This record gives sequence, C-alpha cells and structure tokens, in this order.
Amino acid sequence: MKIAIIDYGAGNVKSVQFALERLGYSGFLTSKPAEIQSADKVIFPGVGEAKTAMTALKKQGLDKIIPQLRQPVLGICLGMQLMCEKSEEGNTSCMGIFPLESKIFPKPLKIPHVGWNQIESLKTSLFKAIDEKAFTYFVHSYFVPTSEFTIATSNYGFEFSAALSKNNFYACQFHPEKSSSTGEQILKNFLML
Amino acid sequence: MLTKRIIPCLDIKDGRTVKGTNFVALKDAGDPVELARIYSEQGADELVFLDITATSDKRKTLISLVERIARVINIPFTVGGGISRVEDVKNLLRAGADKVSVNSAAVYRPELINELAGKFGNQCIVLAIDANLVDNHWKVFTHGGRKETEKELFAWAKEGQERGAGEILFTAMTRDGTKDGFEMDANKILAQSLRIPVIASGGAGNMQHFSDVFLHTRVDATLAASVFHYKEIEIKKLKLKLKKDGIAIRI
Repeated sequence: MKIAIIDYGAGNVKSVQFALERLGYSGFLTSKPAEIQSADKVIFPGVGEAKTAMTALKKQGLDKIIPQLRQPVLGICLGMQLMCEKSEEGNTSCMGIFPLESKIFPKPLKIPHVGWNQIESLKTSLFKAIDEKAFTYFVHSYFVPTSEFTIATSNYGFEFSAALSKNNFYACQFHPEKSSSTGEQILKNFLML
Repeated sequence: MLTKRIIPCLDIKDGRTVKGTNFVALKDAGDPVELARIYSEQGADELVFLDITATSDKRKTLISLVERIARVINIPFTVGGGISRVEDVKNLLRAGADKVSVNSAAVYRPELINELAGKFGNQCIVLAIDANLVDNHWKVFTHGGRKETEKELFAWAKEGQERGAGEILFTAMTRDGTKDGFEMDANKILAQSLRIPVIASGGAGNMQHFSDVFLHTRVDATLAASVFHYKEIEIKKLKLKLKKDGIAIRI
C-alpha cells in the first residue's frame, strides 16, 4: 500500500510516519502532486497557523490537488481545518472540501484546548472497534462546529466536531498519531478503508 | 471532558537519563527511550525531556535521541534545555518532538517566544519559568535556578502568553526537591489569571499532593520527576486515586 504523507513544511510530519511504522506500514513524505495523486491513501497532517499553512499549500499548488483526490484522505488537526471552507484564524480562505468554518474557542475557555479528551457519537468505519468516550489527544485553539458531516464529537465547554467525513475525505481534530492505542486503531481503520 | 495531565520529567545528559531509577524490569535504566516507554504504558499523559548537556556539540546526540523516542512513543512529548534559536526548535520538531520548552534564553531575549510561535505555532511553545519567593515577591530565576533576574513571575508569565507561548510550565524552586507538596498560592494566581494552560512543577511527594493542587487551583497539569523515577508513586495508582477524588483524569 502506498501511503502519502503530505509534507508542506507544517510541523511534525515525522510523528505520523513513525506511527505508521509502529503499525507495520510505511508512509512517505511528499509534496509532489503526482506522488500524492497516485498514492492509495493520503494523510494530510498539520500543526501551526492557518494562513501560513494555506500559503505554503498554494505555493505548491496543493490547494487545488487535494480537493480533487479520489482515494481515502485523512486530515489531521490543522489539516482538518484547512479542509473546511474558512478559518477565523487570520480570516483565511481554505480548501472548502467541507462547507464549514473553524472558529476560535470563546472566553473564558483556556486556549489552546490541550490534552486528552473523550470522543463520542462515533460514526463510520474510521471508528471501528473504538469505544464511545475513548480518549484522544487534542491541541488546538480553533474548532469546527458540529454539522451533518460530523462523525465524532468532543466536549470543551460545548460540543464540537472531533472528526468529519464526506465521500472519500476524513478528518480528525485530535492527533491519532499521539493518541496511544486508540489513535493507532483509528489509523489502522483508515488504512483499511 | 478535558482531563488533567500527569507528566513525568526525565533529565537527559549526553543522551542518557541522569537520575538513577528503581525500575528493575529495565534492561538499561539509563536509556531514556526505555523509561519513556514504561511511563507511557503506565498511563503518563505526556512526557518532558530536559536536556542538561552543557556543551553544544552534544546537541546531535539529543536530536538522534528525540528521533528514537518519537519512533517508540505514541503520546506527546516536550523537549527542553538550552534552546535559544529558531534553528534548534526546527531540528527538534523535525526529529519528532511535539513541543519545545524555552526558559533562560526567553528571559534574556523575550522576542524568541514571538519568533518561535510565529514560525511553529503557539501550541508547541512551552514557556518554562523557574521562580522563587524573594522578600515576598515571586522572582524569576535562570540558568537552572542559579541566577536571579529582575523579572516577576506573574508579569513574565502574562508577557509570555501575549508573545505567543502555548503553555506555562511553572517550577516553584522553593518546593523543588522538598516533597512538601506543590506551591498552592502562586499556582492558584497563575492558573486564574492566564488564558493558556499551566503545568505545576516542584514539590510532589505523595499522591495527596497531586490531588490538592488539582482540587484547589485551576492548573491543567502536574509535572514531577523523582517520585516517579524512584517508584515512590506509580502513575496508574495515582490516576485511580485522582479519579476517586473527583478529578477529571484519563484512565
């Protein structure tokens, strides 16, 4: 299986690669459109700031390539927010795969929302063999509200989208690559899609 | 519900853990990767590796160690110690670290926090502050607590937040190593006045100390070293006790 991990200079791509290795798979880091398009699975990680990340994607033409992909795609953290229409962070136009907008957590909630939180109302086979209220690791200051695309919720002051899906596109706000055995199962489920 | 975090801290010198350990099951007690694996299996929520290697030419050892840790460990970890340049952070993150902590270098050149947060995002910048009560004022110390500065704890923490730090790791030097319990007053003020999470450090001696600081202050996490290294407290038991005390905890 060819697993492409999109590397556009945003943060910790190695963690995703190592997590795949622990599962017995190997993923390759790439920013080349042809390599991404021909992969069986595509993982789109991201940490950092939305505007900077979108600029980096645009520079390499990836903002046009990613929404056209037909194989299973998994966005992680900022990756998920960039797959939405817009982010309040830097008032950034994103890729628009999901017609949704990420917003900053309102006061008096502490930001970033960092640590282990539970996921529930789990839908789709991405969460196969995952218990309701399983713990996953989050670190983010912006959130995507719940909608018809929500396949998992979490609660930080209120309910928000912990994961989204639409056709071949999947995305999670938490970091499966840092979420212990729960996260590993979710990654495994994604690879089985 | 977001849970409170329990974070063991490992001191690293020349790629090895410094403090002795009582982990008999370990093949190599000095290997940080082995220790990290054990902690992670016991339910640690995150790990912090503090590099106390004095010379900069040993930095390469640290980078390869970080990569080894990232390969094995499936929970987040922070690397700190002697970080003063954007380049240092880039190398550590690229090797697989999730966050970095800055301390002395940020005190002397606070813009470092802005530079790092701007480049890597504030979620991966932890501002570590060592402070001590001097004439009734919490003063910031640098160089592993050896050097007193003009800075005051609460103002510096607030400035760090404004400059883009994602978390504050506050070590109460008065408490460090005493096993008398976490500093309550300063942690209470810090966690109430800041909008970013606070990690309390210094003074952990028994399980009740962890419970107390979570019940009486709004800190988000606790960090400790020796009580875990010397197996005086087992993480699994600690977390069960905290849960029983009504604290949100991941079991």
